[in-house]
Amino acid sequence: MKSEGMSPIVQTIAGILFPMVLIFSFYVIMHGHLTPGGGFQGGAIGASAVAMLIVALGAKKINDMVGEEGISSFESIGGLVFVIIAILGLFMATTFLSNFLVGDTIFGKIPPFGSNSGILNSGGILPLLNIAVGMKVIGGLSAVVLVMALATKEEKK
Amino acid sequence: MIYQIPFIAVIGLIAVGMYAILFKKNLIKIAIGITIVESGVNLFLITLGYREGGVAPIYTHLPPGTNIPEGMVLPVPQALTLTSIVIGVAVLALILSLIIKMYRKYGTLNAYEMRRLRE
Amino acid sequence: MRKIAGAIAFVIFFAFLLFSMYELHEFGKPPSDMDDYIIQNAQNETGANNAVTSVVFDYRGYDTLGEATVLFTAIAGVMILFRRGKDEE
Repeated sequence: MKSEGMSPIVQTIAGILFPMVLIFSFYVIMHGHLTPGGGFQGGAIGASAVAMLIVALGAKKINDMVGEEGISSFESIGGLVFVIIAILGLFMATTFLSNFLVGDTIFGKIPPFGSNSGILNSGGILPLLNIAVGMKVIGGLSAVVLVMALATKEEKK
Repeated sequence: MIYQIPFIAVIGLIAVGMYAILFKKNLIKIAIGITIVESGVNLFLITLGYREGGVAPIYTHLPPGTNIPEGMVLPVPQALTLTSIVIGVAVLALILSLIIKMYRKYGTLNAYEMRRLRE
Repeated sequence: MRKIAGAIAFVIFFAFLLFSMYELHEFGKPPSDMDDYIIQNAQNETGANNAVTSVVFDYRGYDTLGEATVLFTAIAGVMILFRRGKDEE
């Protein structure tokens, strides 16, 4: 893998395709309680978009724009949000990780029994947990790809 | 006996992976064998929960005329398989990082020669 | 010598797997009492249309918390192995 990236045709196409794949991964994460998908699946799609950018532009340029510590702190924020929402369930309702938003204002509509077209307003704490796990998976897998691409380049010089 | 073909496929996958772990010398081939055993176990977990003629257990736009408890596939084995896949990815990342560090120190990828170079 | 012991252990393990395949249930008819309860009551208690997501995050939330911890630990291990000094070399 060269450290300067690939030819200008590949760089232009990667720059056009990157926002589309990122928006598709956000769509899969946000509609986790209505359609097949959720936190882990959408996170894998987003990590593959960042990996395409690393291969096209070269690992050194990405390391100058966003360091490996920035991506790693993005992962830690996702883990913290998961634990904070779980502890909030202990204070507002009975147990750890209890669903305290069902029936309330923000995400709390209960859908009617049987086949229906989905309501985005439903789901309790499930959409918030999906966002937290999605941030964790995107940050973690991108950091692993970036660190491995930087480490296997020092031997050749 | 002929209708239990997915379980025979699981046994075939685990046998191929175990052969690669036991009888090969290259370190990368042993890591590939570990991944194949992981894939066999995930396939076994999913085929435990299949019902004949069933649809996915999702209530958005169901095809009309499906019985609610008896026409759907079981959801619990799918949840266990999701966790197992993510753990397999994490273990594979650690194995490959350790192989890179070992290659830099010893200069070879042969597992039989690495035992004798104690430097 | 090593290959003979490996071959004997491999044959014993493979025969054990084959003989225990006959004790499993039939392929299309699993025994299910817990899953019928989950499919019927997931919309009332959780409020989500997706039964698989409600099992992963609500009925079995501890497994997801443990898996997030395993993912975090493995990635922290990879970052420690490839750490570079502050331009020392």
